[in-house]
Amino acid sequence: MDFNDTTEEAAFRSEARTWLEANAPKVNLSGKPEAELLKLAKAWQAKKAEARYACITWPKALGGRGGTPIQQVIFSQEEGKVGAPRGFFDIGLGMCIPTLMAFSDDATKERFVGPAVRGEEIWCQLFSEPSAGSDVAGLRTKAVRDGDDWVINGQKVWTSGAHYCDFGIVLVRTDPDVPKHKGLTMFWIDMKDPGVTVKPIHQMSGGSNFNEVYFENVRVTDSQRLGPVGDGWKVALVTLMNERLAVGGATGPNYPELLSLARSTPSGDSSALEDAAFREKLADWYVQAEGLKLTRFRSITALSRGQTPGPEASIGKIVSANQLQAMSTEAMEVLDQYGIISDPELAPLEAGFQQSVMWSAGLRIAGGTDEILKNIIAERVLGLPGDVRVDKDVAFKDMPTGL
Amino acid sequence: MNFDYSDDQKFLKSEARKFLDARATAKVNRAVLDDPTKSYDPDLWKAVAEMGWLGTAIPEAHGGLGLGHVELCAIAEELGRVVAPIPFASTVYFFAEALMLAGSDAQKADLLPKIAAGELIGCFATSEGPGAVTADRLSCTVDGGKLSGVKIPVTDGDIAHKAVVLASEGGKPSLFIVDLAGVARETLKTLDPSRSAAKLTFASAPAERLGGVGEGIALMEAVFDRAAVLIAFEQVGGADKCLEMAKEYALGRYAFGRTIAGYQAIKHKLADIYVKNELARSNAYYGAWALNTSASELPIAASAARIAGSEAFWFAAKENVQTHGGMGFTWAVDCHLYYRRAKQLGLVAGASRSWKERLVSQLERRNAA
Ligand SMILES: Cc1cc2nc3c(=O)[nH]c(=O)nc-3n(C[C@H](O)[C@H](O)[C@H](O)COP(=O)(O)OP(=O)(O)OC[C@H]3O[C@@H](n4cnc5c(N)ncnc54)[C@H](O)[C@@H]3O)c2cc1C
Repeated sequence: MDFNDTTEEAAFRSEARTWLEANAPKVNLSGKPEAELLKLAKAWQAKKAEARYACITWPKALGGRGGTPIQQVIFSQEEGKVGAPRGFFDIGLGMCIPTLMAFSDDATKERFVGPAVRGEEIWCQLFSEPSAGSDVAGLRTKAVRDGDDWVINGQKVWTSGAHYCDFGIVLVRTDPDVPKHKGLTMFWIDMKDPGVTVKPIHQMSGGSNFNEVYFENVRVTDSQRLGPVGDGWKVALVTLMNERLAVGGATGPNYPELLSLARSTPSGDSSALEDAAFREKLADWYVQAEGLKLTRFRSITALSRGQTPGPEASIGKIVSANQLQAMSTEAMEVLDQYGIISDPELAPLEAGFQQSVMWSAGLRIAGGTDEILKNIIAERVLGLPGDVRVDKDVAFKDMPTGL
Repeated sequence: MNFDYSDDQKFLKSEARKFLDARATAKVNRAVLDDPTKSYDPDLWKAVAEMGWLGTAIPEAHGGLGLGHVELCAIAEELGRVVAPIPFASTVYFFAEALMLAGSDAQKADLLPKIAAGELIGCFATSEGPGAVTADRLSCTVDGGKLSGVKIPVTDGDIAHKAVVLASEGGKPSLFIVDLAGVARETLKTLDPSRSAAKLTFASAPAERLGGVGEGIALMEAVFDRAAVLIAFEQVGGADKCLEMAKEYALGRYAFGRTIAGYQAIKHKLADIYVKNELARSNAYYGAWALNTSASELPIAASAARIAGSEAFWFAAKENVQTHGGMGFTWAVDCHLYYRRAKQLGLVAGASRSWKERLVSQLERRNAA
């Protein structure tokens, strides 16, 4: 048991650090509008790609470095320290492009992988629909064959980043007469197609990171198909498996910020930090947060031994999203009446806790809800049976629907 | 980074599992649990001594195997899995660790070889009554090399040959080694009779100081840190076993026409146990690293390992009973062996409340620095 880099890892880390120090943009990102952040992020991505620090594990021929997963982890750790702009490419490079690489022909890869690595084109994931989220295989957007083309009609929802994305992978129904998992097919599409309409959704947290996406007679060629007709579910599983790797834990204020807040907030004759009930909770959160960090170290160890992390990675999101919600709520308690103030000029930490109270609610849903992730752990890690299903052998068109 | 057992340690662990699966069955635990005259299983103790496990972390010069603490952690995990009814924790995690931490060369040379050989059972006597012991409330005293006073409860106090005792001399708390041959001891009725505990009444018992004068509280905490990490591995082992038991039972039990393992209330319960167990394991590994390298982070790492270990084992033990339904509440089914042990281990090195307070005090200091 040790935390030290091997000689090669240490060499890579120092090389990465030197490069980051020389090249990372030294800008303050807080409070910048999205459009500006996007510009900064694209420039940074291009720089990384040029130095082969973008997509470190991908083959060199595709714009990567041909490096190891552990090198990717090391680079991300070091990149995290310099506060470079990030977040815009996670879905594309973490989920969409790996799916494209697994299921498209060489010409398609040649066309799209490079620009995505360089941050010139951004991708989104068009899976969820109004009637299909956890049960995404229940989706209704349909593609109908027309000669060598397919024509897509329907609606997606909760599509993160659709408003600035250039392309997307879209899961659609191509056969409503078979059970729902069997009638799906995956395509890539051009988000700038005139038949695609993107409408931002106003989130409870105030921002608009995700969107409704409407398809009206969007024509795609058969060459845009990823995987065989009717095999869309298998393709989607590849995307979702990558999602578990891409979606780490919640980001936001953690126990050190909560400790500082309590220390500086008066309570009774002293500070809120002296309160025994508060201290006990703080201890629990510390133990949980450290436990998560150390569990990640265990996954990294498995990675560096050549194992692939499995569904156990789901732990990270369940625990961190719930902890963020609980800690932010406690921060409000510490502040007492003042806790309701969410003005960054007035609230401590530029209202970081107030924002997290709102945002953490979404984190518990995005990328698989708490309940679905617990099902995944129960079924895929522990080997317990799946839920009772009434939809397995019923043709999609005959399935009962609600909202 | 290599945040896992090494291949050699994994081999040691799997050998330990094979051995204990054969030798430390639930029947062995029950033979002690069910018999009020039995405080431990001497045969298992002897066999464990023959395996060399008692001296895992004791230097070769003192008759031990001279392996590291991570190896000892691996063995602890396996002992926790089988709720072994032997004075391993008292002798190895507390008594031997106290000696290695604070003993003089002569004390180490005298006692460590006996521990490694299985000739000496040790115990650690600090508690004197309800509530955690403090320097101000300490009532055991030493005068002219003789110790007097009462310690209660002392795990394995009824079978140990020697004890490390916290007592004050001239108003200063220190640790002392006391031979228990002439000391009055009374076995107590406790939650987990497979790990016996006693009341020790010292009346001018000859006592030899262990460590410096007035260092008693600091040394006790340092010993607790070390023991906490090792116990955390027993807790992780026990918690994982509870998860396995619950899973196996749930898969085989049918209600409303199907296995109860298919109901989400059960599935999510077991997923919750899994998550807690994994976090506890990770915190325990960090503690093992800190213990093995004598890192300055040990007090924080040990606190986290202890808090997570106690929480995970208790949660797994109680939800394992729940998953078994009425069967889980019977004496005949093994769930209660773990339920009892979870509480025993969760209190024997101090309650979580105290550890949480200790942890936060340290975080405060670190945060201020
Ligand atoms: C911030 C954010 C970003 C997102 N980004 C994207 C994106 O980029 N692309 C995309 O395709 N989607 C995206 N999503 C959608 C997300 O994947 C879905 O919201 C999520 O899978 C839940 O689906 P739903 O909203 O339809 O809720 P539902 O599936 O209707 O769930 C409602 C409730 O029922 C519970 N439930 C459902 N099924 C079960 C079951 N079998 N057992 C027990 N409980 C169950 C759920 O846990 C939940 O509590 C995003 C969501 C959020 C919040």
